[in-house]
Amino acid sequence: MSAITYREALNQALCEEITLDDRVVLMGEEVAQFKGSYKVSEGMLEQFGAERVIDTPISEAAFSGLAVGAAMMGMRPVVEFMFWSFCYVAFDQIFNNAASVRYMSGGLINVPVVFRGPANGGTNVGATHSHTPENFAANTPGLKVVCPATPADAKGLLKSAIRDNDPVCIMENTILYNMEGEVPDNEDFLVPLGKANVLREGSDLSIIAHGKAVHTSLQVAQTLEEQYKVSAEVLDLRSIRPLDIEAILSSVKKTNRVLLVEENKPFCGVGAQVSFIIQDQAFDYLDAPIKRVSAIDAPQAYSKALESIQIPEHDRILAKAKELI
Amino acid sequence: MEGLHHDINLDREEATSEGKEGSSDAENAQSSKAVAGNRPKFGGVGENDYSKEAANRELSTEEKIEFLDQMVRIRRFEERSLRAYQQGHIGGFLHLYIGQEAVAVGAVSCMTEEDHVITAYRDHGHAIAVGMEMDECMAELYGKKTGCSKGKGGSMHFFAPDKNFWGGHGIVGGQTPLGLGIAYAVKYKGAKGACLCFMGDGATNQGPFYESLNLAALWGLPVIYVIENNGYSMGTAEARHSAGEPLARRGDPFDVNWSVSHGHDLYEVRHNISEALRLAHEESKPSVLEIVTYRYRGHSVADPDQTYRSKEEIEEYKSNKDPINLFKDRLLAEGVIDEGAALEMDRKAKDEAEASAEFAQASPYPDPEELMQDVYWETDDPGGRTSEGTIFFESP
Ligand SMILES: Cc1ncc(C[n+]2csc(CCOP(=O)(O)OP(=O)(O)O)c2C)c(N)n1
Ligand SMILES: [Mg+2]
Repeated sequence: MSAITYREALNQALCEEITLDDRVVLMGEEVAQFKGSYKVSEGMLEQFGAERVIDTPISEAAFSGLAVGAAMMGMRPVVEFMFWSFCYVAFDQIFNNAASVRYMSGGLINVPVVFRGPANGGTNVGATHSHTPENFAANTPGLKVVCPATPADAKGLLKSAIRDNDPVCIMENTILYNMEGEVPDNEDFLVPLGKANVLREGSDLSIIAHGKAVHTSLQVAQTLEEQYKVSAEVLDLRSIRPLDIEAILSSVKKTNRVLLVEENKPFCGVGAQVSFIIQDQAFDYLDAPIKRVSAIDAPQAYSKALESIQIPEHDRILAKAKELI
Repeated sequence: MEGLHHDINLDREEATSEGKEGSSDAENAQSSKAVAGNRPKFGGVGENDYSKEAANRELSTEEKIEFLDQMVRIRRFEERSLRAYQQGHIGGFLHLYIGQEAVAVGAVSCMTEEDHVITAYRDHGHAIAVGMEMDECMAELYGKKTGCSKGKGGSMHFFAPDKNFWGGHGIVGGQTPLGLGIAYAVKYKGAKGACLCFMGDGATNQGPFYESLNLAALWGLPVIYVIENNGYSMGTAEARHSAGEPLARRGDPFDVNWSVSHGHDLYEVRHNISEALRLAHEESKPSVLEIVTYRYRGHSVADPDQTYRSKEEIEEYKSNKDPINLFKDRLLAEGVIDEGAALEMDRKAKDEAEASAEFAQASPYPDPEELMQDVYWETDDPGGRTSEGTIFFESP
């Protein structure tokens, strides 16, 4: 174990997997010489050379599709999007080709590709750069999608994703890149996809979140404890698809009250699906309606004054939690 | 017909390399240089005899017969599939390749074991050319369990990775980055092969094609974009959908070698494809080959084919440029086959197509559980599963 940043954890995962498996390459804009727009691939060009760490032109459709084609041929490319928002110009390659080739070929062809990069608002970059498409990916059978919230998960999930035989989308967060945490050093450390994590045990209320919303939820849980003597459990979903329904249900059955928190937009967002599952499978355990806090339902605003309201922050979550207790 | 200039194009092509009307001498010199810099590699266009070219002069009798046979089988297969469609056995879209057969057969016949092929939704010809069986293809059209994709791909999505055939792709131009990736993987692995990536004339107007061309040239990837220019993008003739001609010239700004040639002459197709393959194999260079061809049927079976071209135009192609008749006549003239053998070949192809329809008819439909198979490797291989949690949220 050592304390490293989320960024370093991703870097470790990439370096280890590139070392272990010669089918793995990293490609994307500015990943090699520039060391990554967010310096995730620092040192990798020097260590692995231009064959394995590959700078691409600004052609998301072409290099995403190239990676899918190469994956069909048995390679395991990792594609970095400077922002997941930019995947929209490559939508067809990800949401049609990566997701459907296996199905349409009757299982003859696998697509072990990884698409990764930051997918978050909160950095004052306006609507075009602040999308959170985890719900799009999760809505697409054939794709898997994870949203690591901690350095250890960033490493463990990325490694699992690279070894996975199906296409995996990893939605990171620029605001978390500098976050430090304990991360196992060993190269066989993996976090399985589809396994949620209870980050704080509690008995009165379940706060279910993913990505950076997990950390805001933890702060709210702390406030609830200190100021209201309410014991809130915080469940980090980690993976959206596959989804750890068991962990969700067991938390709900324990606390009987649910608050969903996400930076995703509300309509058909991740919370909508989780909420459906809870009412469907644990209706009798609920002592109150499920509540949700999501990003405010407008295109992402640029102004700090607006965006800080738009993304679920401590007080908005707390207010919603108080409606439940 | 108004707007159809793709075939005339071909004959005018030589003139364009001499410079265009109204442009300055300096421009003329430049454009002719640019064109000349790329085009001659691939030989000329026009009514040349390609039988003496390297790609064709050593063909055996068996090989020549095989080429004709493949074209005839593709045609008979598709004619039979059209009937099945009209009888209600086949749903959705059915894009027939009839009229274009020499392109797929000629091109695929040049491939080595290390070469790959990918195409769009008009894929039956390429599928049969790579050696897929009529039975699995017809059953796929019928949506049967015995289909090549177990009834989950349909007409537009045939695949045979064991034959280096990577589909069958329904989104216009969507396969162009995939073909690039296949070529990339070939090169990464240090293999000698290339990827033939087929596309239509309409597909040349999709952005990912240009992103792909740039990368292909920049990284020296052995991908060959074969534009099967049948003159129309659905009901939109080339002159109404594309500025600048010929389409293949769109490779020029990327310094990608390009050429325009006829698709009704199988030998000409083989000549051009094998040159491009050589360039890909030996120099790891991409190419854009525009091959001018024609489809006799509507865009898909759903197209009544009444709005954008004349019956005369279709007839003109059928009677003068039918790739099967032309090649058959050639083989007859060469004494490779006689009329009897040609008739016998045709009868067998019809029988095979008929049998494939019977096979498809007799085959079972997929079971409801098969909806959930082939979505993820992991759910199909539970023993190897590493993830946890729920992957499917609604199953039969
Ligand atoms: C992105 C996209 N837009 C539109 C369509 C509908 N469509 C299917 S084929 C086609 C025409 C394409 O023509 P061309 O590329 O010349 O190929 P051809 O059909 O002649 O073989 C169109 C518009 C599609 N499948 N995908
Ligand atoms: Mg066309």
